[in-house]
Parts: sequence; structure tokens; C-alpha cells
Amino acid sequence: MPYVPTRYFCLIAALVTIAIAVAARLATNDYFFFAGYVVLQYVVMSTAWNILGGYTGYVNFGTAGFFAIGAYTAVVMHKLFEPPLPLSILVGGFMAGLVGLGMGYLTLRLRGVFFAIATLALAIVLQTLVTNWDYVGGSRGVYIIRPDTGPFGHPYIQYLFLTMLVLSAIAICIARAIEHSKLGYGLATIRDDELAAEAAGVPTLRLKLISTVLSGALMGMAGAPLPYYVTYLDPTSGFNLAFAVNSIAMPLIGGTSSWLGPVIGALLLATIQQIATVTISSALNLLIVGVIMVAFVALAPNGILGLFERGVRTRRRPAEKEAA
Amino acid sequence: MSALLQVDKLGKRFGGFVALEGIDLAVAAGERVGLIGPNGSGKSTLVNCIAGAMRNESGTVHFDGKRLDRLPAHSRTRLGLARSFQLPKPFHSMTVAENLHVPALYTVNARHGHHLSNAQIDARVEEVLTQVGLHEKANRRPRDLTQIEMRKLELARAMTADPKLLIADEAMAGLSHSEVDDILALLLRLNAHGVTVIMIEHIMRAVTSFSQRLVVLVAGRKIADGAPEEVVRNPEVVKAYIGE
Repeated sequence: MPYVPTRYFCLIAALVTIAIAVAARLATNDYFFFAGYVVLQYVVMSTAWNILGGYTGYVNFGTAGFFAIGAYTAVVMHKLFEPPLPLSILVGGFMAGLVGLGMGYLTLRLRGVFFAIATLALAIVLQTLVTNWDYVGGSRGVYIIRPDTGPFGHPYIQYLFLTMLVLSAIAICIARAIEHSKLGYGLATIRDDELAAEAAGVPTLRLKLISTVLSGALMGMAGAPLPYYVTYLDPTSGFNLAFAVNSIAMPLIGGTSSWLGPVIGALLLATIQQIATVTISSALNLLIVGVIMVAFVALAPNGILGLFERGVRTRRRPAEKEAA
Repeated sequence: MSALLQVDKLGKRFGGFVALEGIDLAVAAGERVGLIGPNGSGKSTLVNCIAGAMRNESGTVHFDGKRLDRLPAHSRTRLGLARSFQLPKPFHSMTVAENLHVPALYTVNARHGHHLSNAQIDARVEEVLTQVGLHEKANRRPRDLTQIEMRKLELARAMTADPKLLIADEAMAGLSHSEVDDILALLLRLNAHGVTVIMIEHIMRAVTSFSQRLVVLVAGRKIADGAPEEVVRNPEVVKAYIGE
């Protein structure tokens, strides 16, 4: 594939975003927006997870924690002064990024499975805190009255959908820009071998912190509109393990080596889940994820992108031999 | 003449085990020093303490007039101290050329007043790959390389950082006679271009022919330091290697 400079890539992403937004105007049923919102939310989540998990090689199981920080930040702000949604998203992202920084500092000396366990523990600690925090509803949960219409006069769910669409485009552009930058090289060296990275001059601690902050912030931004989407938020649903499982499964199924993997994985898996929810049962969701993930781990450990790359390489091999 | 690398009273322990004790070592700019010793004598630990992969508990390390032993490893690399690893540690998800892009981007470009453009980096990577004889494998992944090519990649990555001092940690272990000569010639060429080299090696033929000075570690202590012919005749060195 020819290399597309980042600014053109972002331009293309913006055009695609506008095209989808315009096409969505044709939808006659609001259900389309409810389902589409969830799919796009997972595009953001799995793209964010992949920045730390795929590019840097640190597996984060605490996804739900960062997501819920965004959601509960929005709840607090809503109770304080009912801010515009983009402001909640920015502050939610900031708070989750801050927690990402703290988590990075405390846990990045841990590697592999120990890091994963520490992130899971972080999510549980946060959930316990929120459960015992009365102002945001504690374990009872909190009701958020969703406004009837968005700022452009359309139904609010269309506004939520549009917001998540823009967030997806931003997340994808960030991921793609990292991939082709000096930062991307640095993160890959950390994934491959940290000692060798340091020996080559890569400031590994600083890059890992950048990675946790970016990844956490994007997850927080994805979580901030959630209270308006569900209108009733309690800790068990906000910190649901399904967010963590899905955000890990989607990049793994799509492929972790580039920005496209998490996008493919999220679109595929989240769409299947949405269809299964209405046609079969909502309880079947995680079972589907489980089965697909087992199949991929066994048959295509490098995800859908890995299947493609392998195809390209086996086709290229004979030609290389002739050249040599 | 002030030394390029000055190690004073360096000590390192792992729990109750004293790995290094009271190591003094001075290496002048442009010198070729061989560091030898039996297995477990602390050679790699000393390299790790100098290069920053480990922290020494006592003593100091000065490089080019600056104190090193509180700095993280990447800062030391940026100051001009490069090392290769005993077991090659390539970045396996990258091509051979991309492996060399890393020190160019993160070390050379991080130095004050340096900024290589992408084209200059490509040219520099190409130049180093040609020097070590890996240019035909530039777009291959490390897993496609042979043992000696892997060692060359390890050295090439250290060379791309434009070091003043290169520490080659057993760059020749397990290689054939002619392959050893290959790497030796490479290190000698590098030294001729003004790079100070510390070589850690078990292959005596290589280390004695290469080094102007030999330093011997035994059980965490320096027992000899001098001209190779004298050091190999030193009774303590003979005792450590052959026994009484």
C-alpha cells in the first residue's frame, strides 16, 4: 500500500466522517443511532487500547476503569452545571489521562501478566470508590435526564451518534499518526525489548507514560457521553467487565499491528453483538465474543490483518528468491 | 591526559552476593581495551553498570568529564556511550534498516545541535549497513538473519548512535574462525576512525590481537591491568584460568 502522509489521511478521515454523518440522515429509525453509537464507542475504545496494548506491548485489563472515569466525570459535571457535551468529553478525557499517568508511574515497572493484574486491580479500586461515593449515586446509581434535542435541533441520540463518530475519527487519526512517527518507532522498541531500547537512546519511561496517558484519555473521552446514552448509570454497568473484554478482543481479532486492526475488529464484533442482541438475546453478547476470540487465538493469532500480511508475504517470497 | 571513561571504586551486589568490588578502571580516548575473566567474574555486570542497565551501589562512573552513575541508560547512550548485548537483542518487529533508524532518531537527533533529516538518516543507515556488510538484508526481519549477521546488526545499531566509546559484549561468541576475523576487522576499522573500544571476549586469540591493554576480572575484583603479553603471563591470571 502506498504511504499516505498523515495530513492527507486526516483529511480523508474527515471526509469519510462527513459522508457517514450525511448518510445517517437517511435513517428513519432512531434505533440505527442507538446501535451505531455502541459500535463507534468500541471503535474508540479498541483504538485507545491498542495504543498501549498493541503498539507498546502492555496489556491493559483496566479499560472499564478509564471508561467509567469519563462517564462519572460527566455525571459530576452534569450535577454541577449541566455543561455542553464536548466540554464533558474533554474534562472526562483529561481526568482519565491523569489516572493513566498515575497508573503508568506506579505500575510500568511491572511487565507482562503482572501489569495486566495491576490494571485490573486499579479498575476494581475505582469501582469501590465510586460505589461508596454518594454524590454520584453510590451503589444506587444515578439518573441523568437526557435532553430532547441536541444543539442543532435533531433528536439527542443523533447528536450522541455524531459526537462518537467525530471521536472515532480523532482516535483513528491519533493512532495512525503515532504509527508513522518517531513516537511509533519508540513504542515498538519498548514492545520488542526494553533494555535494547534504552541502549539505543529511547527514553522508555517517558514514552510509556505518553502511551498510558493517550490511551487512558481516549477511553475517558469515549466514556463521557455514556450517562446521556443510558440515562441511568450505576457502578456495575459503568465498570462492566464487558467493556474490558470487548476492548481487548476487538484489536486482537482485527490485528494489533496497525490502526486498521482495532477498527475492523470493533466494527465486526460490535455489529455482530448488536445484531445478536435484537435477533437472539442480549445475554449472548459475551458468548459470541468468547467463541470468536478462541477461534482467532487458535487459527489466526495475528488477527485479520495478520491473515492478509501472511498472504502478501507468501506471494512475495518466490520473487525475492529469484532476485537473490 | 584525562580518561574518556573513569570508573572509581565501583561496587555491585545482588543480595548477599558481591558481584563487583572496588573496581577502578580508566580508558583513554582512542584506546582498545580488552576485558577478560572466567565465567561469572562480573564482566557483564561491569558493562551493565557502566552502560546503565544496572545501578551500582558504590563508587562512581565518569564519562567524558560527566558523572554517569545516576543517569538512565538512554541518557548515557546520548552522551556517546554505546554497547552491544551478549545475546543479540534486535527489535524483531522491525526490518534491519528500521532497527538502525531507532538510534539515529533517538540518539543522534537527541544531541544538542544535531538534526538529521529523513534523507540524511536513510543515508547514514545505508552507510553503516554497507560497513558491516548487511546492506543486502536491509529490508529483512531479524529472524531471517544468521548468527553472525545478528551480531553485526547488534554492532551496527551501536555504531549508528555515533558513539565515542563502544562496549562490545562478547560480540564473537559462537562464531567461526573467519567470522571472528570479520568482526575483528570491523572493530579495528571503527577504532581507526577514533572510536574507543572496550571488548569483552572469551576468545583469547581475538582479544589479545585486538587489545592494546588487557583488564582481568576474577570473582568481582580486578586482578590485572596492563599490556596483553604481560597480563597473560601474570601468575594470578594463569591461576584463575588454569588453576594451580
